[in-house]
Amino acid sequence: MTPHIENASRRGFLQNAAGLTLALYLPGAASAAANAAATAGAPAAQSFAPGAFLRIGADSTVTVISKHLEMGQGVYTGLATIVAEELDAAWAQVRVEGAPADAGRYNNILWGPVQGTGGSTAMANSWEQLRTAGASARAMLVAAAAQQWQVPAGAITVSDGVVLHAASRRQATFGQLAQAAAQQPVPASVTLKDPKDFKLVGKRAPRKDTAAKIRGQARFTQDVHLPGMLTAVVAHPPRFGATVKSFDAKAARSVKGVVDVVAIPTGVAVLAKDTWSARKGRDALQVTWDESHAFKLGTDDIFARYRELARTPGKIAHQAGDTDAAFAAPARVLRAAYDFPYLAHAAMEPMNCVVHLTPGRCEIWNGEQFQTIDQAKVAALLGLKPEQVILNMLYAGGSFGRRACKDADYIVEAVNIAKAIDGKAPVKLVWLREDDMKGGYYRPAFHHVLEAALDAQGKLTGWRHRLVGQSILANSPFGAMVQNGIDRVSVEGAANLPYAIPNQLVDLHSPDDIGVPVLWWRSVGSTHTAYSTETFLDEVAAAAGQDPVAFRLALLEHHPRHAGVLKLAADKAGWGTPLPGGGNGDRRGRGVAVHESFKSYVAQVAEVTIKPDGSVVVDRIVCAVDCGIAINPDNVRAQIEGGVGFALSAALQGAITLKDGMVEQSNFHDYAPLRINQMPKVEVHIMPSAEKPTGVGEPGVPPVAPAVANAIAAATGKYLRSLPFNAETLKA
Amino acid sequence: MITLDINCKAIRIDAAPDTPLLWVLRDTLHMTGTKYGCGMGLCGACTVHLAGEPIRSCSTPISAAVGKKVVTIEGVDQARTAKVARVVQDAWQQLDVVQCGYCQSGQIMSAVALLQTNRKPSDADIDAAMAGNICRCATYVRIRAAIHDAAKSLA
Repeated sequence: MTPHIENASRRGFLQNAAGLTLALYLPGAASAAANAAATAGAPAAQSFAPGAFLRIGADSTVTVISKHLEMGQGVYTGLATIVAEELDAAWAQVRVEGAPADAGRYNNILWGPVQGTGGSTAMANSWEQLRTAGASARAMLVAAAAQQWQVPAGAITVSDGVVLHAASRRQATFGQLAQAAAQQPVPASVTLKDPKDFKLVGKRAPRKDTAAKIRGQARFTQDVHLPGMLTAVVAHPPRFGATVKSFDAKAARSVKGVVDVVAIPTGVAVLAKDTWSARKGRDALQVTWDESHAFKLGTDDIFARYRELARTPGKIAHQAGDTDAAFAAPARVLRAAYDFPYLAHAAMEPMNCVVHLTPGRCEIWNGEQFQTIDQAKVAALLGLKPEQVILNMLYAGGSFGRRACKDADYIVEAVNIAKAIDGKAPVKLVWLREDDMKGGYYRPAFHHVLEAALDAQGKLTGWRHRLVGQSILANSPFGAMVQNGIDRVSVEGAANLPYAIPNQLVDLHSPDDIGVPVLWWRSVGSTHTAYSTETFLDEVAAAAGQDPVAFRLALLEHHPRHAGVLKLAADKAGWGTPLPGGGNGDRRGRGVAVHESFKSYVAQVAEVTIKPDGSVVVDRIVCAVDCGIAINPDNVRAQIEGGVGFALSAALQGAITLKDGMVEQSNFHDYAPLRINQMPKVEVHIMPSAEKPTGVGEPGVPPVAPAVANAIAAATGKYLRSLPFNAETLKA
Repeated sequence: MITLDINCKAIRIDAAPDTPLLWVLRDTLHMTGTKYGCGMGLCGACTVHLAGEPIRSCSTPISAAVGKKVVTIEGVDQARTAKVARVVQDAWQQLDVVQCGYCQSGQIMSAVALLQTNRKPSDADIDAAMAGNICRCATYVRIRAAIHDAAKSLA
């Protein structure tokens, strides 16, 4: 298949001062609104087009402009691969830089008119857009060469960054042609490569950010230093919803290096010449909090309330067949209830933000993930137009969803500090690890109740699934996405179960009086729905006396991509072969889970050892992933490997708990990410596919915990229904 | 004033003796390759070499570094550790170990320190030397593989 793409808009060439730069901007299949906006403001060709998708310099450097945040997921490399493939650039001549905030040009096509990174959408929404950009630039280089050499364009080839007319042995670099190429009309349509001709896509293109990151040279927000900049550390209230009643800054101001102490809506900020002085200043600060509106429940209270709520019907998220009939006279009913704790993202780089306020302008340096939201929030706060808020997108030291905050919380906080000192100095807000851990915006705690009805033949005829947990979307800029009381991200993975169960009812309670801020956390709803559905299904298979893989496959007849990865993972893991036993009272087991999230399909087989003291060692996880065309297979493997470790952190030891409204965890000793000695062997197998690419940042996460839990059940007979796993319950 | 030997250079610093080495490196000297992660010696993002030993600079006061050689990620490929560091960084490059990269300076400093003293580390040796360095992206599979590859290159 050779797709033929009509250029939606022909516009935009940049000839910079050097006069040798070709820049190209071509919106792809953007939303109608975004397209209209782009076209309305479109200058004539040859005009300045800041923030194009690629730029070719006189030195032949191809600069790909990434509209997405590089937070570890390999997006800079993946986007550059797409452009370089169609451009026939040599990988070594390609570099990447982050795009500015401009939703008119850099919107996430899958999100409509919003610019941002998330939901594992970067490759999916950029695939055609950047292929078209690369192919168009290539066509213009060829047209320029054809004109110069007076030969037909069709006789010119491009390979590894060299434009060649073989018959006359003439050749040129991209740099030599850039200026002439910029004079060429943008082609009205381009022909994209046949996938069989791909040289970079599907092969190994080394990461573009490795060299800087192994030498300490990559620039994160934490590393920004502006002349005269002050560093701010903030005293936040001990409970969500509390505010400052009064504060005594005398001792704080006497700390050497402290320059100012200011009240802001979220607490009291201590500004100093350096981070350590700011921290010492905050330690010396005396704040009295007004807790009259503070949230004072503990997690035990919250779960007790959720269990009460689970006794009553919720809003219906999905309904099929007649569950009342299925449960009226079943041969057998199974029931299980699950508890999922709050989880912190705990990115290695704690939240931070640099702000420089000048009249009519606010410039921000940040691991910028949510441009349109952040611009709007800051503009509203300062009474500026969104375009007066300049966002510099730096590398993020992890995010896992945290930097795409629906409230732009820490960014707004940084701007409030800069505002409180009247912009007299640039401000770097630094959250210390404790601030980050206690700062909220957690994966919401959830309580699930599942029931299954089996008929006399052991066939699964009825499925009821009730979920109780806070909505992420409600009362946010995305509140309109909550329809008929259903926040789809609360029920994703549960309301779209792939299994052929004739009678299903999925309902949801979204309590709105819990004052703990919640947010998407790597794989979002699937972090809990994959667990409850995939472990419960294993219980059902056991009750029906069937093998977990065979039982699933029989129910996946109409979902070939689920079935495909399930079979591949089972095959590669040696499913059905005996698992070598452990010695010294160790119990071993193998478990499986399969789950689709963000249109990528992942199955995993876990092998575990349970020690006599109940501790769980995850020995090996075999993964099969179907993400359509794997643009960079090595990065696909890396993301799935990392997803395994991220998910195991939560399954084995991750929980944020509250006592009387106060978060009990503070740092990595009591909220402990996985360490290297706990990391299992991971094998990743990629399903060959001609489907359009889908994301891999998140989909590796959901199947991990249920596959491990099913392996634990295989080893011990115990199904764990509360996360994180409790070793006490697994003692021999 | 305190004088420190950082990456083989004598540097005079105007800071209180109890100031953590991390903040002197980052905020005073603007050597930002060494990262802040936890401030309690729990995550290893701030790992530097002090007298050849990997230490957590977030919880090491500068007074403890006086008279000793401090080596950071910026200087590790120049110092006495140059040979091992270059091999380690090359292995990291070949395997594309990094993801977000924020912890990787610390990972590399710990890995170099390990291979300086143990040219053929077992998996258990790697666990012992590297368990103090958290990688939230969980690049551990590749960290382990890269250390083994580096050991082979050094053999």
